[in-house]
Amino acid sequence: MSGTFIPQPGAAPLHRQVLAQAAMESRLMLRNGEQLLLAVVIPVIVLIGGVAGADRVGLDLEHSAVDVFAPGVLALAVMSTAFTSLAIATGFERRYGVIKRLGSSPLPRSGLLAGKIGGLLMIEVLQILVISMVALALDWDPAPGVLGAALGVVLGTAAFASLGLFVAGVLRAEATLAAANLVYLLLMAGGAVVLPVSAYGAAGDVVRWLPSGALGGAMRDALIDGATAWTDLLVLLAWAVLGTALTARTFKWE
Amino acid sequence: MTEPAADSPAVAVDGLVMRYGDKVAVDGLSLQVDRHTITAVLGPNGAGKTTTLETCEGYRRPQAGTVRVLGLDPVRDRAALLPRIGVMLQAGGAWSGVRAREMLDHVAKLHAHPLDTAMLSDRLGLADCGRTPYRRLSGGQQQRLALAMALVGRPEIVFVDEPTAGMDPQARRTTWELLEELRGDGVTVVLTTHYMDEAERLADHIHIIDHGRLIASGSPLELTRGGHHATIRLVVTRPFPPGSPDRLRQALGEHTSVTQLDEVSLLVTGPADASTLAKVSHWCEANDVLPESLTLGQRNLEDVFLQLTGRELTP
Repeated sequence: MSGTFIPQPGAAPLHRQVLAQAAMESRLMLRNGEQLLLAVVIPVIVLIGGVAGADRVGLDLEHSAVDVFAPGVLALAVMSTAFTSLAIATGFERRYGVIKRLGSSPLPRSGLLAGKIGGLLMIEVLQILVISMVALALDWDPAPGVLGAALGVVLGTAAFASLGLFVAGVLRAEATLAAANLVYLLLMAGGAVVLPVSAYGAAGDVVRWLPSGALGGAMRDALIDGATAWTDLLVLLAWAVLGTALTARTFKWE
Repeated sequence: MTEPAADSPAVAVDGLVMRYGDKVAVDGLSLQVDRHTITAVLGPNGAGKTTTLETCEGYRRPQAGTVRVLGLDPVRDRAALLPRIGVMLQAGGAWSGVRAREMLDHVAKLHAHPLDTAMLSDRLGLADCGRTPYRRLSGGQQQRLALAMALVGRPEIVFVDEPTAGMDPQARRTTWELLEELRGDGVTVVLTTHYMDEAERLADHIHIIDHGRLIASGSPLELTRGGHHATIRLVVTRPFPPGSPDRLRQALGEHTSVTQLDEVSLLVTGPADASTLAKVSHWCEANDVLPESLTLGQRNLEDVFLQLTGRELTP
């Protein structure tokens, strides 16, 4: 008998478990090259490319190109992390039995979910810092719509994360990978996230009800006009409720 | 919730039934695990071992019957129970990009009084691969990391599912010694295995299950001794004529059993005396059967299993 393994069981305080989980999730996401590409590199390229290209193609904007593009690119960054990265990561966690393993640890499911959201927010803070610095270097002059922008990020995260978990819960890991990337590309191009709804002509009436259009709209209203876009925020809230209901009905932890 | 008695058994399974679609995985299983023992659940692949274990771990809700672990209901009292148990899954359980030590540290952080992870890594031979991503660990290293994750929270019970599957002999011995040390320190160890040598060497108590039912239970000695029984293995040169096992049993009289293993071998279990051996030999002569080998031995768990089910334990 060595005494090394004498039982002394117990769960760590919940907040410490959630913090550990959030730190772990964000660290793993940043370690993954593709995820980093999606989170930071693509949005920065879109921002620089959009600003450089706006003049050349003669895009008629009421404001300077960077003032229009920067809020949209922030929305794009939120979408990439909360939807695509989360869906892919969760899909593979199910595949590798990580969620099953954590299911027999002291971390409750609500704590796992809180940890995931915490991890997302950590990544988003980093994204917002990097993108804002690049945008400021391009003479970005944001309006002080702090409330509208903050609500946009939070509700946008909730909407996209719930939809991402829904996809990860019903599809196999590889199918999740493909679907999450495809949806991301489609919404980036046609979802009024980077470009305003007005750029889509008649289709804009449809696109503005998508979570991408609503998030892009909320960010632009906040950071171009300093306004809080309540309609767009309500649309995001509705998507979050729908996504949560779908996920709650279908998600399997294994 | 009534406070469970401190002396309630580590595990009490009573009339457990689990089905997957039409397939019955566990069929009215009842068994008990005493505290501070190593208890093996032994059976062939597909016998219902993992399903039973996963019900104890709170992953599955019993479709009929009850399961209590430390007197608690693994589903209803999940939050109270989970910190007190350690679980080693058969496979997986870690992110592919996570480093071995980082994963262990993470699980440690979820517990109130975790073991020192450096010490634990060292004990399980994981010190050299602490910075290796999980996907690049060998199968044996992944197994040992899974065991470390089960132990790091200083549980009262550990459930280990096929703990040494795929390990080399050296790692198997190290793992066995560790499980014995756990018992010495007052941890209850519940392991599933289809290796009879593992059960025979380690377990204080063995439950043999097949087709989701308990078919025998006892200490290794109780199970293998079974009176003054011995086994005779008879292997012949040509396939046995039909009906041979029955006719041989008649020739041998009461207190013996005859199990056909394949078309050229039989297992006779009965009194360990020369007369039984002589009778078998005589029967061969009378039935024009040419023995290739006739071996007498003490029966082991493998024989017990064969006798109970008519099938080999390990494929």
